[in-house]
Amino acid sequence: MQARVRALETILTEKGYVDPNVLDRIVDAFETKIGARNGVRIVARAWTDPEFEARLLADATNSLGFSSPVGAHLIAVENTPRIHNMVVCTLGSCYPWEVLRLPPVWYKSAPYRSRAVIEPRAVLAEFGVELPAHTRIRVWDSTAATRCLVLPMRSSGTEGWSEERLADLVTRDSMIGTGLVKSP
Amino acid sequence: MNSIHDMGGMHGFGPIGPEADETVFHSPWKGRVMSLYRAAGFLRLWTIDGGRAMIASLPPATYLTASYYARWLMGLERGLERAGVVGADEIAAGRSLRPAHSRPRIMTAANVANIRRSSFEHPAPAPARFKPGDRVRTLNLNPKTHTRLPRYARGKEGVIEAIRGCHVFSDTAAIGAAEDPRWLYTVEFSGLQLWGADPDPALSVSIGAFEPDLARHERARHRLCRDSVR
Repeated sequence: MQARVRALETILTEKGYVDPNVLDRIVDAFETKIGARNGVRIVARAWTDPEFEARLLADATNSLGFSSPVGAHLIAVENTPRIHNMVVCTLGSCYPWEVLRLPPVWYKSAPYRSRAVIEPRAVLAEFGVELPAHTRIRVWDSTAATRCLVLPMRSSGTEGWSEERLADLVTRDSMIGTGLVKSP
Repeated sequence: MNSIHDMGGMHGFGPIGPEADETVFHSPWKGRVMSLYRAAGFLRLWTIDGGRAMIASLPPATYLTASYYARWLMGLERGLERAGVVGADEIAAGRSLRPAHSRPRIMTAANVANIRRSSFEHPAPAPARFKPGDRVRTLNLNPKTHTRLPRYARGKEGVIEAIRGCHVFSDTAAIGAAEDPRWLYTVEFSGLQLWGADPDPALSVSIGAFEPDLARHERARHRLCRDSVR
C-alpha cells in the first residue's frame, strides 16, 4: 500500500493538483489539532453550567464557541438513569471528529457497525459496561448530515468540582456511548 | 446500492476488539491517504456523497479484506480516474505521463488551518411535510445508486423525532446531479419494529432520513391490510 500511495502522491504532485507540504500539514492537523479535547471541554462545561447545557441539548451546532465550527448538524444527547445513548455509523465512519478527533479503528470496523444497532447491550458488555435491564438503549445511526455527541452522566461524589477537574473524568468512549465516565 | 458497506444488523463479524494503545494513523501511509483524499476533495471533482459511493461500490470481497484507508485509496484512485484527472496508465506507471489539462485552485496551508466540515444546510424549497410526533414509514427502496437509507430501516414504521434542517440530498448529490436540498429528520424506530421480538425490548434506533425516503404512515389502512391477510 505504501508504494501505491506514494505513486498516487507523485502523480498528483507532478500534475500540480497537490502540494506535498500541504499534505504534511493535513496529517499534522488531524494528529495533533483537530478535535483534541473539544468534547471533554464541552461535557465538563455542560456539567457545571446549566445554561450552556440547555443550549447544547437544544441546538448543539450553534452552542459551541469554537473557532472551527461544526458545519454539519451536531446533536448532543443526554444520558440519564432511564436512557443510555450510543452512536454508530452502520454505513461507514460518520463521526463528530471536530469534537472527538478521528474515530478509533473499532468504530469503523465491521463488528461494531453490524452489531451496535441490533445487540447494543452485548456490544456494551464487551466494553465492560453493564446497564440495568430497565435502562432503555437508544442507538443513533449517523446516516446523514447529522453527527451525535453523547453527554454522559456525571459521576456522583464530584459535587463542587471545577470544570478542569471534571474534564479529567470524561473519556472519549463515554461521549460515543460505549463507555461511562471515570469514577473520582 | 445494496452492498457490503451497509452492515447494520449483520451477524458473524465477531467481537469488537477495542485497542489498548490508539494512534490516529497506524502507519504513515494511512495519514498520507487521508491527506490526499482531503486535498483531492478540495478540487471539487466529486461531492462528499460521490466520494462515499466510490468506496461503497468497491467489490464486496475487496471492501471486506481491505483496511479502512486502503478502501479510501482505492476509492480515490477510482474517483480521480473517472474525473479524468489521473489515467489508469499513470497509476500503473507510478508517475505523471501527461500534464494536467487545467490549472486547478489547489489546497494551501491557509486552507488546512481552516479544515472543517462544510455545511450542507440549504434554504428550504418547500415547507417540511412532517412534524415531530408524526408516524411515518420508510420506503422500500433498492436503488443501484447511492442511498443513505440502510437496508435494516427500509419499509419500517417509525416516529419523526425532530426536523434537522434542509440538506443536500445524498442520493442525487452522489450521482452528480444538481444540488437537491431536502428536509432531513431524525426518525426513531423501536427494536421490535426493526428486529422482531427477540433482541432487546428496551431498544430503539434512530436514523437521519431524508423526506423523499418517507411516507406518512396511515395506521387505519395498515390495520385493514393486516386483517385482510388473516
